[in-house]
Parts: sequence; structure tokens; C-alpha cells
Amino acid sequence: MATTAATSKVNHIGLPILDYRGGKSTLCAGCGHNAISERIIDALFEMGVEPERVMKMSGIGCSSKSPAYFLSRAHAFNGVHGRMPAIATGAVLANHTMTTIGVSGDGDTASIGMGQFVHLMRRNLPMIYIIEDNGVYGLTKGQFSATADLGAKLKTGVVNDLPAIDICALAIQLGATFVGRSFSGDKKQLLTMLKAAIAHKGTVMLDVISPCVTFNDHEGSTKSYKFMQENDEPINDVGFVASFDEIEVDYDSGEVYEVEMHDGSNLRLRKLLEDYDPTDKANAVRTLMEAQENDEILTGVFYINTGMDTFIDLLNVVDEPLGTLPESLTRPPQSALDTLMTALK
Amino acid sequence: MATLDPSLGNRQGASGARERITNDFSINVATVNGSGSQSANSVLMKSIFGMGVPVSGKNLFPSNIAGQPTWFLIRASKDGYFARKRISEILVALNPESAMDDVRALPAGGVAIYEESLNLDQARADVFCYPVPFEKLIASICPEVKLRKLVKNMIYVGVVAQLLAIDLGVVESCLLRQFAKKQKVFDLNFGGVKAGWEYAQANLTKRDSFFIERMNKTEGKIIIDGNAACGMGAVFAGVTVVAWYPITPSTTVIEATSDLLKKLRVTPEGKATFAVVQAEDELAAIGMVLGAGWAGARAMTSTSGPGMSLMAEFCGLGYYAEIPGVIIIVQRTGPSTGLPTRTQQADLLSAAFLSHGDTKNPILLPGSVKECFELTQAAFDLAERMQTPVFVLTDLDLGMNNWISEPFDYPAKPLDRGKLLTVEDLERLGGFARYRNVDGDAIGWRTLPGMRHPKASYFTRGSGHNDAAQYTENPEEYQAVMDRLALKFEKARNLVPAPVVVKDGSSKIGFLAFGSTDCALTESLDQIKQRYGKDADYLRIRAWPFAQAIHDFVASHERIYVVEQNRDAQLASLLKLDLPAAQVTKLRSILHYNGWPVDAEFITEEFALQEGL
Repeated sequence: MATTAATSKVNHIGLPILDYRGGKSTLCAGCGHNAISERIIDALFEMGVEPERVMKMSGIGCSSKSPAYFLSRAHAFNGVHGRMPAIATGAVLANHTMTTIGVSGDGDTASIGMGQFVHLMRRNLPMIYIIEDNGVYGLTKGQFSATADLGAKLKTGVVNDLPAIDICALAIQLGATFVGRSFSGDKKQLLTMLKAAIAHKGTVMLDVISPCVTFNDHEGSTKSYKFMQENDEPINDVGFVASFDEIEVDYDSGEVYEVEMHDGSNLRLRKLLEDYDPTDKANAVRTLMEAQENDEILTGVFYINTGMDTFIDLLNVVDEPLGTLPESLTRPPQSALDTLMTALK
Repeated sequence: MATLDPSLGNRQGASGARERITNDFSINVATVNGSGSQSANSVLMKSIFGMGVPVSGKNLFPSNIAGQPTWFLIRASKDGYFARKRISEILVALNPESAMDDVRALPAGGVAIYEESLNLDQARADVFCYPVPFEKLIASICPEVKLRKLVKNMIYVGVVAQLLAIDLGVVESCLLRQFAKKQKVFDLNFGGVKAGWEYAQANLTKRDSFFIERMNKTEGKIIIDGNAACGMGAVFAGVTVVAWYPITPSTTVIEATSDLLKKLRVTPEGKATFAVVQAEDELAAIGMVLGAGWAGARAMTSTSGPGMSLMAEFCGLGYYAEIPGVIIIVQRTGPSTGLPTRTQQADLLSAAFLSHGDTKNPILLPGSVKECFELTQAAFDLAERMQTPVFVLTDLDLGMNNWISEPFDYPAKPLDRGKLLTVEDLERLGGFARYRNVDGDAIGWRTLPGMRHPKASYFTRGSGHNDAAQYTENPEEYQAVMDRLALKFEKARNLVPAPVVVKDGSSKIGFLAFGSTDCALTESLDQIKQRYGKDADYLRIRAWPFAQAIHDFVASHERIYVVEQNRDAQLASLLKLDLPAAQVTKLRSILHYNGWPVDAEFITEEFALQEGL
């Protein structure tokens, strides 16, 4: 693990992992979100992303606080509830040369933020959108969210009688080009998926089940550590070889999907589910819907498409960030105004 | 054929010779919306402009795609008055539904031009009636049935031009400009104009008193609507990110911006130096503006009342986290959905305090199309200088109608990008505190995402923070930031555009107004002088927070009339919050809020009433 040798090791751009750390977490001890922050640190460190070249975006809620706990040297924007997608969109429009990571929660995304989430996915904006999904509202003391499973029980005995929104199936239908689910307690899978996410060009949507130790980690919860450890069914083993790493072959190629990422990295998905093709959109949605009917929690990379234009491609903007273009490029000359005035006379 | 002879009407002099009324009347073109009368109205208006006569056009249209009554008022005014005239002397009646009401609204001695089957001559014996067989004429010149509806409107242009003695060559050149590269379209439309002209010449005997005569008062001037002017302002302010959601009457701000960006802001390699995004709603639009502004873009959105209400939450974030952004509001008639195609100035208070908590937003208030251009640019500079969302508040009258103006001037100063630290600065300083008042101007220095320096980043948040942008719930730290924000707003009195002293003589009476009310008020002041022999001073407000000059103006007059187009005296209310207690009692209000642009008569009558004249 990269985290164990923190002080001595440097990554391939010469930075120690300390340069990727954030402030001390104020979340509850044992919160799944803290484990996710750790994996984000590891992934950025291992991928050698310059901390200053990262934008950390979030909305409101426990999950949205977590950007404060990783990568202090990155530029951060903790916005308003459910509206991170719009802020992130604006920020990426102004500077599309950055690595952009959004952290949201199930309430912030699937309830108050659903409208913006839908359109973010649809635009294939180049960014990583992580949902730290615990099925409850923590900061307001444990109400169900829209991703809580049908029949899930709160500590108080309240039972959720509405069906869960499957945010992964939704994201795939909407146009996200990299969609996966993981579990905050599965270090290896989550880290690998995050590294592949960094290499992807387009919208990455990762739904990370993250048990709430205070309000939703008890018997009857379907988003508890115990439930996830017993019911997590990976559809593929996720392997990833960064473009700067030596390629080691540890997969049986007959069962492996290899996806070449835009930066030359390699995403390798070893099938655990028979006939699972992560590039088949309809099959991905069907698999997720069937799992929901069977009360199964699938994890892995459900869908990937490296051939779609991003929103930035479609807008055909200049290579330099729009936010820092010089006046000579943004203010038309006097002659342009003169021509306009003549036409109006 | 005109069958009646109202020449015995009240305009006849003792000798029987009619008084000739030249370049000083209003034409009401009553049509059905969706019938394509816009081009014809525009050509008629521009033809009068082409005759050198000051002219204004006001489109009073319904919130509907097709089939409802719509009126286009064209006012020729040798004195250069551009407000709506309460009474139009000439009616072009093309809408059977509204024709009876329209003809009844004419003054005695007025003129009615109408489809002959409407038989309006039965309704009024005291107006000059000119029936025209539009249907027959169009059938003879336009074989294609589909196009008849559009070309039919050009016939009235020809009839009106002939009756008012507008030079046919002027009409032709206006049409040529309108359909610049479409010879066939021009031919068809000019065919309509000529058919009307020739019909009038052969069949109508001019007996009314209204004439357009050549003047030279429009030379060198331009015609443009306020929304296009705002769009142009944004482009010459170097806007880079535009996010918006369609809404009447602001949509054309973005259309104009977008068209110009495509023309003027594409590199030789074919890449755009801008991004225009149609967002999913106004919440997202302002969110994108703030995200972009945070990351260094000159970002803007444009909307109207309902959209502005949706922007409230984000606006407070922009204020508290200190992020630049420009919000152009083209006001329409509220509350709620209200009258989407009618005008008002009722979003002033809402914009001033948009969002919860102690939020205050600077507002720029253009009073002309030229100021739409200039103040939109000023808004971008101010937003980055003050690091806050800045509103530009116009209205439907200013925004969607065509106005005559002096040509716009190229900006004299370079863009003001505000207080931005460079990597070298950070190296020298060894770090920075985002919200610290280091210069005494209450404005902190900021960095932009992407700056390659370990000390460049800071944590932007809408939650409580100290001057180093760290989360805090400490009472002193929280309050220190709030107090600095208040000081920053106070200091902005000197940063915003100064008010315009239209007139400041020795009168005890002063007028205050903002925005499109200006045109009716300047005309009203002349009426007040002519009718009551009274001089009154006038200061036009162009921004909130209020400059000291506004306080001085109030202090130097005994009575202040605040003229505005809303029910609740919003400008007066804002002034009352700002003025010393002793000054507040001087304020009186003249309020117009029925959805139509205020006219001079209304102000004059209200003033006379309140003054007991």
C-alpha cells in the first residue's frame, strides 16, 4: 500500500504522499467517507497528479465535507446543497485542463440534486463524480435518502417503503461514460477504480457504498458494513495499469476485457459474471435492474465508453483555459465595433 | 374609398384650412401575433428613421405563439421624445378581433387604415377612413398562398408611406438592408410595398393632416434594442462563459451575445474563445456562472423575474464566498408568472437583497441602449473588482424594443480583472489569506485554480469562514468577515457608475428615476414647464449602492418625486433605507405599473395632482 511508506516514497512526479493529504477529518470515527478520502489520496498519488492541478468540488452534507480531508494543495469549492454539478460545470468550462473531482452524497445527488446530476451525466463533462452513498441523511440525524433500499430499517424502527433509485443504472442511461460501484471497505477495488477514473476522459460516476456508523450501520440496514461484506457481489475484478507502469500480465486474457484509456493506460476487467460486456449499455442497465429485483448489491465497473466526445470537445473551445485568456483574445478590436455600428445605421 | 369627410372635426381652423401635423404623431399597427408583421413594422419604423425623423417603436405583444392581438406603436417625434404616446393618431387595423376597440381609441381627426371588409367607417364619423382591399391586392401580387400572410403586411407599409409622404426610395433602401442577401425575398416584399403605394396613390384621397417631412435628426445614429446592446457589451467586455435558460424577455440578450461570439471570437484555427451553455434551469445557469467566475472566467447569465427568484440561493453563495459574476435581468411584469410580455421595474428590491441572510448585491441600471452596452461592460469590471455577483437591471421596454442612439464608443480602458495574485506574488509573500483586508479597500486577493504553486489553493465555501478561508463557527471570526463585506459594499458607492445629472438648476423640486422611465420623464418635465411654468430638476440613478451625489441631490431640494414602474415604490424604499432620517420625508412617489411602458402624460398628471396644480 502506498499509504504505509508515506514519508520515504515519492511518486513518479517526485512528490511524497504527504503532499496529497488534507486536514484532519471531523467525520465520525469509522465513517466510510474517511476510507474513501484515503483511497482518493492514494489514487492521485499513485497516478502522479499534481495536487495544484486538481479541483475538488462538493455540495452539502457529510460527504461534501470530505474534500477538506484530502489534498489540501488542491483548489476546493464546497457549494450549496445539490448544486455541485453546476458549479463544477462552470469551473471546468473556465479551466478544462484540470483534474476535477466532485464528492457528493446520496441526498445531495439523488434527492435535492437530482436535476443537476441528470444533466451533468448527460453532458459527459470531463470530471469524476463520487457519491459517498450511505442511504441516510447524517447531518440532520438519520432520515432515509432516495437510495435507501426498499424495506431497509432505521435504528428507530422506521422502514423505507419506497423503492431505491439505482443511481448507476440512471447514470448509464443518461450518458455517463464510466460508471461503477464500489464499497468504501474494499480498498483494492476502490483504489483501482479511482485510478482508472483519473485516466478516463468524460464523466466518471462512482457510487461508493459508505456505511454511516452513527445512523445506518445496524441490523436491518442494507448499507451497513456487515450487509455489504455479506452481499457485495463483484461483477468483475478490476485491474488497472497506468501508462507509466510496466505492464504485468496477471489476468487470463480469455476472460479479460481490456480497455485502453485516453492517456494510454489500460483498464482490465476480469469477468466474474458470465457474458458481462462493460461496453454494452443495454446489458449494463439490465444487469443492474435484475440485481435490484434480486436484492443484490453489484460492484465493479458496469459501463465504460472511451469513444464519446466530452462536453468540452463539443464546445470546441481553445486548448488554453478560458478563464485566463488574455484580453487580446477576448475583447474584439475597435474595427469590429465600427463594423457593427455601421450596420446599425 | 374613403367615404366620410371628418374635415369638419375639431382640427379645422376657421378658414377651413387644416393644420398640418408634421413629424409628431404615433401610428398604432394592430395585428394578430404570429402573422409576421414584425418585418413590416420594422421597415416602417426604419423608413421614418431614414427620413431623418426621430422615431421609436414599441411592441405590445401577448404571451402567445400565434392568434392573439398585438399592437406595434411607432412614434415619430421631431422633438426626440421616445416614450410611448398615450394616444395614437393613426391606426392600421389588420386584426378583426380588436379593430372596433382600436378605432374607438383614435382621437377626433385621427386616421384609420383598414381591410375594407371591416367597415370601420361605420364606427367613427370623426376620423379619416382609408379602406384597403388587402386580400385582393395580395392575391394579385403573391401567387404563393403560403407567403401571402407575410407579404400582406408590406402592403400597409406602402399605403402608410404614400399617405404620410414617406419617400418610396427610403422604404426601398430599408427593405434592401433588411433582406440584404436575399434578392427573391426582397423582390416579393417590395412588391407588397409597391402594391400598397400604388393602390393608395390611385384610390385614396389624402384628407388627413399627418405628414412625415425630411429632417436631419437621425444622421449618424443607430437603431438597436437594449438586449442586443447588452449582448454587445458582454462581448466587448471579453465574456468567456455564458450560461442561461430561455425566458421572455431576456432570451435575445443571449441570442445576441451568442451570435456575436460566433462572429468575433473564433481563433484562426477555428476554436472558440468562449463557451455558451443552455442550462437545465436558472439554478444551474447561475451555478455555472459562479463556478466559472471562481475559476477565472468572465461569466454571465441573463434572465427575468421568475429565473431571478430561482437564482436566490446561489446569489448568496456568490456574495458570501466572494465570486464574480454578471447577471442581466430584463424585467417583466410580476409577481409570479405575471405578464411575461409586458414591462415593469419591480425587481429592484429583489435583486438588491437576493438570497437569505445579510446579502447585498450591487445593481447597475442602464437608462438607454447605449448604457446597456456600457453598463454591461462596467458590470464585468465591477464584478471582478468587488469579487461579487453584479446585476444589470433593464426591462422589457428597453430590452426588446428598438431605440435610436448615438453609436457606441469603443471601451477606453483595458479590462479590470480585479485583485489576482500571480505565482511570483505567492513566492514573494510565502502565502496569502483569501479574505484578509490587506489594502484597506475591504477586498481580499485571490488566486485561480490551476496556478502551479503549493500555496495557491484555498477552500471556497458558503459555510462560515475566517479571513484565511478556513471553516469557523467562532463569533468574532464570523462577524469580522461580515463586517468587511459590509465595508466593501459601502466603498462600492465610489466604484459604481455615477448618477446622471440631467438637470440641476435652482428648482426646489427634484425628480429621481432609473432605467427606461427616463424617456417619459424627460418629456414630462418639458410638459410641466410648458403647462405649469414650473422648472424641476432631475437626477437619473444608475447604480446601487447609491453614490454620495444622490444624497446631495435629495438634500438640496425641498420635494423629491421618485418616478418608477412598480406598485410598491421600490426605488423610494431603497432610498429610504439609505438616506438620513431628516431627508426621508422629502420623498414622494409617482408609480406606473399596469404593464405598459409609462407615458409622459401620466407623470405630468400625477405630478400636477400631488402639487395641487
